[in-house]
Amino acid sequence: MTTLNEDVKSGLPQGEASRRNIASRRRKGAIWRTIFLSATIFGLIALSLLIYNVANEVFGYVAIEYAVDPATLSDKPLDELNKDELVAVLQGNMRKNAFRTLENEKPMANRSDSEVYDLVVERVLKPQTLETWTLRDSWFNKAAIDAQVASDFPEAKLEFRSWISTSFLTTPMSSDPLRAGVRTALLGSLWMIAITILFAFPIGVGAAIYLEEYATDNRFNRIIQTNINNLAGVPSIIYGMLGLVIFVRTLEPITSGRMFGADSGNGRTIVAASLTMMLLILPIMIINGQEAIRAVPLSLRQASYGLGATKWQTIWHHVLPNALPGIFTGTILAISRAIGETAPLIVVGASTFIVTDPDGPFAKFTALPIQIYNWTSRPQPEFAHIAASAIVVLLVMLLSLNAIAVVLRNRFSKRG
Amino acid sequence: MTEKQTDTAQYTLVVRNMNVYYGAFRAINNVSLNIERNKITALIGPSGCGKSTVLRSLNRMNDLVNGARVEGEVLFHEQNLYANDVDAVEVRRRIGMVFQKPNPFPKSIYDNIAFGPRINGWKGTKSEMDDLVERCLRQAALWDDVKDKLKESGLALSGGQQQRLCIARALAVEPEVILMDEPCSALDPISTLKIEELMMELRQRYTIAIVTHNMQQAARASDYTAFFLMNDQRAGELVEYGPTGDLFTNPKDKRTEDYITGRFG
Amino acid sequence: MDDKVSIGMDSRRITTSQRETTRPFSLKKQSRLGENIIQGFLLFCGVLSMFTTIGIVIVLGSESIAFFRQVSIVEFLTNTVWSPQIDEFGILPLLLSTLLTSTIAMFIALPTGLAAAIYLSEYASRRARSILKPVLEVLAGVPTVVYGYFALKFMTPLLKSVFGEANVNIYNMASAGLVMGIMIIPLVSSMSEDALSAVPRALREGAYGLGATRLETAIKVVLPAGISGIIAAFVVAISRAVGETMIVAVAAGAKPTFTFNPFEAAETMTGHIARISGGDLSYASIDYNSIFAIGLTLFLMTLGLNMISRRLVRRFREVYE
Repeated sequence: MTTLNEDVKSGLPQGEASRRNIASRRRKGAIWRTIFLSATIFGLIALSLLIYNVANEVFGYVAIEYAVDPATLSDKPLDELNKDELVAVLQGNMRKNAFRTLENEKPMANRSDSEVYDLVVERVLKPQTLETWTLRDSWFNKAAIDAQVASDFPEAKLEFRSWISTSFLTTPMSSDPLRAGVRTALLGSLWMIAITILFAFPIGVGAAIYLEEYATDNRFNRIIQTNINNLAGVPSIIYGMLGLVIFVRTLEPITSGRMFGADSGNGRTIVAASLTMMLLILPIMIINGQEAIRAVPLSLRQASYGLGATKWQTIWHHVLPNALPGIFTGTILAISRAIGETAPLIVVGASTFIVTDPDGPFAKFTALPIQIYNWTSRPQPEFAHIAASAIVVLLVMLLSLNAIAVVLRNRFSKRG
Repeated sequence: MTEKQTDTAQYTLVVRNMNVYYGAFRAINNVSLNIERNKITALIGPSGCGKSTVLRSLNRMNDLVNGARVEGEVLFHEQNLYANDVDAVEVRRRIGMVFQKPNPFPKSIYDNIAFGPRINGWKGTKSEMDDLVERCLRQAALWDDVKDKLKESGLALSGGQQQRLCIARALAVEPEVILMDEPCSALDPISTLKIEELMMELRQRYTIAIVTHNMQQAARASDYTAFFLMNDQRAGELVEYGPTGDLFTNPKDKRTEDYITGRFG
Repeated sequence: MDDKVSIGMDSRRITTSQRETTRPFSLKKQSRLGENIIQGFLLFCGVLSMFTTIGIVIVLGSESIAFFRQVSIVEFLTNTVWSPQIDEFGILPLLLSTLLTSTIAMFIALPTGLAAAIYLSEYASRRARSILKPVLEVLAGVPTVVYGYFALKFMTPLLKSVFGEANVNIYNMASAGLVMGIMIIPLVSSMSEDALSAVPRALREGAYGLGATRLETAIKVVLPAGISGIIAAFVVAISRAVGETMIVAVAAGAKPTFTFNPFEAAETMTGHIARISGGDLSYASIDYNSIFAIGLTLFLMTLGLNMISRRLVRRFREVYE
């Protein structure tokens, strides 16, 4: 090969040496490429492991001991019985006084099928969990489970159980994991989110409009902007402490509902939690909203001004409608953040054990993540099953929200 | 038009029946072109005519564009650059490139020059590297401007100096050919003139192909000129190729004449 | 808000009709009440965030002052025992376990996140990106309490089986730190990827034009060019780890312990705040005041880190935009 710099000795490898040099660099490149790819896939593996670990606890065998063998109660399986037959079972297996008390509380005729069924389970069968297994064990070690049940719990029945079920969604909290549900927590979360949006949406959009459309580039507005960016990085537990002092304690007459005639004793209510969450998600909402508004082309504003519209008319009729999909997407993302937040709720004082449905903004409440935290912290293995089930409920909520955000983004980005 | 030539001794690069596709779109239609050794060849034509695409196909820079595909042959030392066993990295070392906008790395001037040799397995001492850096900067007519500030960032230089730094950087890996993609379009007239003078110097050692949108530049500073035009399917085609003097004074093709006279008014 | 618009238009109509009696029209400035009210409301929205910050400073500050009336700052910063029952208020054990868990998390998150960012920005095809990016986004959207569950029910048993049942406490900092690292990967990768993608294409072409391979281009040209953005990502990641609560509250343990052993249980600053405030706490007690002193420390740490990060990003932008 001719080197054109023949007058100087080249320090670069030539010919065969050059080929070897490139081959070794290529090899190094391939190795690192694999490393980079593995790091990216690591996320996928972590996510799969997480989902696997949750699913593993949601389904599995349970050894249950009944006070009365369900098979002796009737010649048909219990869940195939109609209401009258169930009432008959109840009547036949309870003491008369006890049954009459139930009848006085609420006549059997007025109770729904599933309520009566629950009564049969609760008053007659009285199930007790002796041992639970994970999905993996149930799948691969059925024989070992059978053997263990036969030797350790000869009285028990082995049932395959899905810990997540409609009754899990519709029954309130209970100290018995077999009967516990997330109804109260779910309603609490929904109430909290609804009120959070009610406050956060107008304020967040308002602030975004102010910063993008009205704020001139002066010191005051720059401070506001910097401040919002800083707030987005403040740990959520700090917001919890702020909420505890301001909303729970200082504004107690308002947040406890005393001023509105709905006193709940103290300020640890849904509205206090919502206001705390509002402060937490506002910076995210404002920043996302600003981006959405900034994306609206200037020409649109000029066209509107050119027709003699005022500033607010331009914003209301032209800027906002075009920025709305972006604003919605940002709002949904902020809401997902609020639904999963746990730390501020703990500090503000969500209750961990509460069985009555929240009946308004001034109710005491619990929330899904609080329930998960509480159940995860319990050492008994049954609680891991219901914690995992509650996680599934929470994740499904978040995934559906995000799906909505993706659909919105796609629908509107195509149109633009 | 170009006559069919197989003798590669006279020519550094021989392009035969080259087609370039971006996905399904054919951007270049059947271009054949011989680039003469130690001469400056200018590729001219209206914007969108594919002259840059042709240039970038000469050292496989188009590999980096998603969906780009090159058909036909580009012969360099009798080897087809697009043969399966040819390594693009080796190709780009032998056929260097200078880009439209000066793109010095955000490193010191010294490290900008040393980067190429270092990654390509340079086996010299520190003082040999110093010599190399000095030699390249001298060849690029930049040494006197920067000899006292080799440790300063390449981004601190003026636009024209940055472009000469990029040329010096390309020289450091000892290429045979230097491809220049509108190297003066972002520069002022004085810097442009300096780069043109530099090209004339470098021609003695290197083969140069330059894309320019400026016909005066092509007329001033090149030995051969290739004129490209978009055909009806919006694919670039070579219309006429020949010694610069001939092409500008006595174009054979009507379209070339129109373009040249139209531009010159 | 709709009402306000119509008010604005109505008021204008009234003013013009009044003037019509004297002149066909007037170009004089009109006061638009509705517009002013709206602008006032918008200004209020913008300023509300200032009140949030002021609120945080006042709340943390005033409660901390109440605390520091009883405990000297020197003791708070130097004592290695935190045990309110015996009046020992040294933040060091809490701070140490916060730093330990964060360090472990960074060992996972920084290299993995950066490598993923390099892959996504420099290597991945459009198809691969369209699969891998959403996975990372989902990972970023998983609530931290779920990660806490994952740490306690998966990572801790895993550590026990690797390092021996007896060597690893059921609550330990390593488990919390590792899972926290996983949680923070998406943050590092997305911020670093932004930094890498912002490096102009021309620089990459310059390197390729000199015969650099993809790896050499990525590591020796693109990475150094985007370095301040990447460091900014790292700093934000540290701040996230320091402020993270639920993972450590679930998995790291509930007793302030001054220990360097990552397999032991030790409560972090955030974990302690969560546990103490979660209980029934008298507002008049020093325990109550003490969590605000911890909160103030935490706030100042994360604020400092975030400000450093944003300064770095700004410097990075100045170079390329």
